[in-house]
Amino acid sequence: MRLERDVFYIILASLLLMVAIPWTAGLLSEEIFFEWPFFFEVAIGGLLSGVMYSLVALGFVLIFKASGVFNFAQGAMVLFAALTLVGLNEMGLPMWLAIIATLIVMLVLAMAIERVVLRSLVNQEHIILFMATIGIAYFLDGFGQTIWGSEVKILDLGFSQNPDFYFGGLILINDFDLIAAVIAGILVIVLALFFQYTRIGRALRAVADDHQAALSVGIPLKHIWVIVWAVAGIVALVAGIMWGSKLGVQFSLALIALKALPVLILGGFTSIPGAIIGGLLIGAGEKLAEVFIAPMIGGGIEDWFAYMLALAFLVFRPQGLFGEKIIERV
Amino acid sequence: MNIKKVKTGIIAAAVGMACLVSTPAVMAAESQFIGSLVYRTGPYAPGGIPWADGFADYINLLNERDGGINGVKLNLEECDTAYNTDKGVECYERLKGNGPTGMPAVMPLSTGITYALLDRVVADKIPLITSGYGRADGSDGTIFPYVFVPPATYWGGADIAINYISQQEGGYGNLKGKKIALVYHDSAYGKEPIKTLEALAAQHGFNLTLFPVPHPGLEQKSTWLKIGRQLRPDYVLMWGWGVMNATAIKEAAAVNFPREKFIGVWWSGNDADMVPAGDAAVGYKSLQFNGVGADFDVHKMIKQVLYANGKGSAKSEAGIGEVAYNRGVQSAVILTEALQGAMNEFGNKPVTGEQVQWALDRLDIDEARLKAIGAEGLFDPIKLSCADHLGKGRAKMTQWDGTQWKAISDWIEPNNEMLGAMYKESAAAYAKEKGITPRACN
Repeated sequence: MRLERDVFYIILASLLLMVAIPWTAGLLSEEIFFEWPFFFEVAIGGLLSGVMYSLVALGFVLIFKASGVFNFAQGAMVLFAALTLVGLNEMGLPMWLAIIATLIVMLVLAMAIERVVLRSLVNQEHIILFMATIGIAYFLDGFGQTIWGSEVKILDLGFSQNPDFYFGGLILINDFDLIAAVIAGILVIVLALFFQYTRIGRALRAVADDHQAALSVGIPLKHIWVIVWAVAGIVALVAGIMWGSKLGVQFSLALIALKALPVLILGGFTSIPGAIIGGLLIGAGEKLAEVFIAPMIGGGIEDWFAYMLALAFLVFRPQGLFGEKIIERV
Repeated sequence: MNIKKVKTGIIAAAVGMACLVSTPAVMAAESQFIGSLVYRTGPYAPGGIPWADGFADYINLLNERDGGINGVKLNLEECDTAYNTDKGVECYERLKGNGPTGMPAVMPLSTGITYALLDRVVADKIPLITSGYGRADGSDGTIFPYVFVPPATYWGGADIAINYISQQEGGYGNLKGKKIALVYHDSAYGKEPIKTLEALAAQHGFNLTLFPVPHPGLEQKSTWLKIGRQLRPDYVLMWGWGVMNATAIKEAAAVNFPREKFIGVWWSGNDADMVPAGDAAVGYKSLQFNGVGADFDVHKMIKQVLYANGKGSAKSEAGIGEVAYNRGVQSAVILTEALQGAMNEFGNKPVTGEQVQWALDRLDIDEARLKAIGAEGLFDPIKLSCADHLGKGRAKMTQWDGTQWKAISDWIEPNNEMLGAMYKESAAAYAKEKGITPRACN
């Protein structure tokens, strides 16, 4: 990945603002409590939350890269994967076997989606494919609950959920958030290597660049779609495991897609590093805003601030920080 | 496919449709129709399923054990709203005309649906029963003749929570200077207790700080960093819903906020909220307007009559006694007692919404009646009147021990004198806005 100079400056400027605005707010307003250890605690907490958003955003990016379609069903896939994993585990399968079985289910699901939904829509407008993914989302929401039920299910992988003090007892960090960040980091490295160095990865990138050109050199589009939906399913399973361990496996998991949208807007829909850096910027930005700006304007700004932050970036980079610049000549 | 097969198919389909249409009509002619708005699907299903099971089990218990009410069988039909206001209104419109006398009362199980139905129920003359949710000022029966809010309101809940904290601190006098935070779902529901808490803060001198959490509340890290690391309040109250509750409890643990000083309203006190929070929830407290546990006679009868014969609504007996299940039973008791009151007055046959409203205006479920039902100690007695559509409005404080809720107080009565004045003021403002003339209640 080559970092363009303007992207570098935008990230640098935003990091400076993330420090300067809370510090200034602390000086100007008595309502704002500003101390450097507390600032870093909020910033680190935000960065770790951002990693969790990136996990969800990755699934969107994969499918958008390969087909140019915004997969509305990604949140439903997270829920479906988590429900299947816990359901199989409750049926008596050991966790490792349940994970393998769920991976197989997600592969079968990818094949079914390609065969039943996507194959007949080749060469159709992207909006039609998008509408089809809305249908898939509703189907998965309902089908998952019909099979596994709507009750809250526990997903306990034995990760510590306790807070610990770091940096000489000054900063409190939740162990679970650290573990989630490490797992997300590993997943990103694996995906980046897969796309960069494997034959399938290169084919995926070719399809992403141009469907027809890829077909003309013999890359089988339908196989690529199955692979990319299967990989998105695996990402959904990892996101489902991490979010499900945190919140319990329940229907609300499908709603975490909402947290990924500003990440995608900011990072760009076609870039895996974009999803990660976008997640980090959104996570830290929204938490710092909620703690150091919200008290002056009534609180509860976290959710819409994330979108506002993402839109502010679009002013300087309309394609997102790492998105592909689209130039159409007329 | 030849023409003959097509004809046969059409005839078979027509006969099937005719059977489907005519069967309920025959049933309905003999029985009392009950429409139940539930949410067994959607993001809030974990709390909605046990309520729906408890409600259905009590209705089925009356059918199986007693042959219905006064010899009139009960015909229960559920409609799933998924906790969605649009679907809720659709369900109401679909069910309101069913059965020989229509739907005798509606329990929307959602503050949003409640607000959407307020005008419709008056026009349709169907009582709207909102137990522990909806408009607190619906307790004023002179302005809201068709709205009933037993056994408790959010405003009463806020007052009871402060009452409990004052007991912990050695009296209201010791609240001065204390810091109390409210973490609330940023919606009409979550904002309900603010007015009461602000009035109480002014009265007793404690500092109230508000923390809105946007729907659905999946992410609350910054809120809890502010609470646990910056404000460090003496107590935190929560008006949460769904996944917001478990997330808040986990984040409270993540900043080491003591769970013993974290108190939720009854909608933040479902078993389904505690389970995903795991060990983090141990010690957390919640108000409940019903008792907790499954050791009451009504539970034993439900197990014996229904579950032993494979007729229970829940997947297994394990769900019996969850707080949401008990609330479902309580709602069914309120409705069926009103139905019985109406039948006693107007004859043992299916009754109308107007007749049930008459009975609700006189509803009296006292200790003796609760004992006969098998719910003595499980529910607080309820006595309503034409002007008072609430009753005492009492609730208990309970604490989660890691596996179940334990009651840690007796019934606590809110300051009904202060709240009564607030209900009347709010209801009068509503009447003025809508041009409603208060009815006489003498």
